[in-house]
Amino acid sequence: MSNNVAIKVENLSKAYQLGQIGTGTISRDLERWYARMRGKEDPFLRIGESNNQNTRSKSDVVWSLKDINFEIEQGDAVGIIGRNGAGKSTLLKILSKVTAPTTGKISGKGRIASLLEVGTGFHPELSGRENIFLNGAILGMRKREIQRKLEEIVDFAGIERYLDTPVKRYSSGMYVRLAFAVAAHLESEILIVDEVLAVGDAEFQKKCLGKMGEVSKGEGRTVLFVSHNMDAVATLTDKSIYLKNGKLESYLDTETVIQSYLQTDVNEVGVYIKEPKADRPSITRAQVVTSELNGFHMNGKDLLIDIDINMPEIIEGMAISLQISNPKELPIIYTYIFDTDTKILRKAGINRVRCTIPNCKLYADKYYLVLHLAESKGRTKFEEIHRVCEFEVIMPNKIIEWGWQKNVCVYTEDFVWANL
Amino acid sequence: MNHNEQEWTIESKSSLLDLKLNEIWAYRDLLGLLVRRDFVSFYKQTILGPLWFFIQPLFTTIIFTFIFGNLAGISTDGLPKPLFYMAGITAWNYFADCLTKTSTVFKDNAGIFGKVYFPRLIMPLSIVVSNLVRFGVQMLLFILMMAYYYFTDAPFHITWAISLFPIIVVLMALLGLGAGMIISAMTTKYRDLAFLVTFGVQLLMYATTVIYPLSEALKKYPAYAWIIQYNPMTPIMETFRYGFLGEGTFSWGSLSYAIAITTALLFFGVIIFNKVERNFVDTV
Repeated sequence: MSNNVAIKVENLSKAYQLGQIGTGTISRDLERWYARMRGKEDPFLRIGESNNQNTRSKSDVVWSLKDINFEIEQGDAVGIIGRNGAGKSTLLKILSKVTAPTTGKISGKGRIASLLEVGTGFHPELSGRENIFLNGAILGMRKREIQRKLEEIVDFAGIERYLDTPVKRYSSGMYVRLAFAVAAHLESEILIVDEVLAVGDAEFQKKCLGKMGEVSKGEGRTVLFVSHNMDAVATLTDKSIYLKNGKLESYLDTETVIQSYLQTDVNEVGVYIKEPKADRPSITRAQVVTSELNGFHMNGKDLLIDIDINMPEIIEGMAISLQISNPKELPIIYTYIFDTDTKILRKAGINRVRCTIPNCKLYADKYYLVLHLAESKGRTKFEEIHRVCEFEVIMPNKIIEWGWQKNVCVYTEDFVWANL
Repeated sequence: MNHNEQEWTIESKSSLLDLKLNEIWAYRDLLGLLVRRDFVSFYKQTILGPLWFFIQPLFTTIIFTFIFGNLAGISTDGLPKPLFYMAGITAWNYFADCLTKTSTVFKDNAGIFGKVYFPRLIMPLSIVVSNLVRFGVQMLLFILMMAYYYFTDAPFHITWAISLFPIIVVLMALLGLGAGMIISAMTTKYRDLAFLVTFGVQLLMYATTVIYPLSEALKKYPAYAWIIQYNPMTPIMETFRYGFLGEGTFSWGSLSYAIAITTALLFFGVIIFNKVERNFVDTV
């Protein structure tokens, strides 16, 4: 192995068996064993099948990873991206030795610390201090090492006062903070992180991101980071591995990889579809047309919203309005169209209207639509639809520094700064 | 970067004979902490906790004395009946606890095994060590009982074989561990085995000299006593009784047999356990 390679993965594959495994398999086991005795291949593994979960495969063996090859150099921060079920978690599980590969080999240098799930092995009856030691030991630390790091861990988690309280009395936030702190302070050359940022409050998430940046950039440790949060991946990593249906699609600089992921991995999201109603007008379809695929929208680009409305009979004076709300149900954009201003919905059957928001500058977050359909004269509300057409605004090039936070604002605006 | 970073490889197959004992040594602190966790959590959960340690053997002894000793009239080699049964129950409980708890180790720890790697053998080892606490408490009860009978001049005496006590304890632990690991590995594939364990352990007790002395079995059923003699727990039990109470069929031959069986089961157990451990996360 060359000198500065931290992890080298060769021909790595992992097969999973679908369906029931534990029952009635004694006969199958014997068959498999008999095949192996004759030096033949396992009759229940079909080579060449890939992990496309949409098409039902003939055998019940699925390749979660297939022929993966890559090398990670020491000190690199590498992101792993891909859709759900692309094999990201499997790869991390194999790397952290939780499960063994079906074929292939991984070699590496240095101790691996994996943050697959924080707080593993915490016992509610034990105090914070006792759990730090237990959790640390589970992660592979010696007692002496934990003792040395104790103060730092407690300080990072901010639980000094509750150190000798059983963790069952901790708030969930404290619990997570403590768990992350233990794992983050493990002395290791390689750190594997899977979606830990999904936990804790915004403040602490920021702290975790900071700590991880420090680990990879400052301490020169190798970091592998899996997340669905493209902004976090872009901020934390320089290179990324893109997995698609268990295969390695690309392994390039993060920006390029994210770009190709957003543009090629199509997934029908952000569409609302409903059967038309016979007796009154109704919305049959609504779609947010985002600038990127998979419901991702680039901050500053045009956002389109297409709405199909079924009119059993023509009604004059219809009105459509829409709100774009963030996950906290705070409406950020409100807009409407009245038949009295622009003639709309003037044919029987399906009518389509399109709302364009030029240069939509929503801040990075997830958003939903709230749709209203009414007859403005009679003030009859035909329909009100909440939380549909989820989409996510990303700003991969603007969030560079650690100092960013979620929720600093909900909308960005053009601005000019000057030194007067 | 420091230069003494260890290199490692992960492969689809590993050598069956690689027992990973060096890894277990590296994680020895975890063993201690897990034992401590079991101990502390047990005490914190119930006030009566430690008391249960006493109640169970005490009541079992009373019932055994009544049913097997008095009602069925099974000989106790002339020893005071409660003392005879207490000796059997104390030793048997430790073995049975090690066996049953180890046999469910994968099921009980599926959550933690699925998330983080550490040498899996640490878990069954910690079970065996944790159970020593309970065993110790019951031994204390047994010794108190011995003291009581000593002062009432009951017919029993300690023999030199008491010096084999540490070996006996280790044998019981390892026998339970070995058999438990084999069962645990099999239950990950064939679930129905788990139901057999509790039942099997109960039956096994009757095939061990817990409620009767070996001499009695040899006398009454000379044709079938071999079943009892081939049971590796029998020589362990007999040596235990011979050492503490001065009655029992002790021979170096049968003890060596028990040691050989224990070693074989343990070795086989570790191998099968290590093999299953690598992929069990996918099947549970």
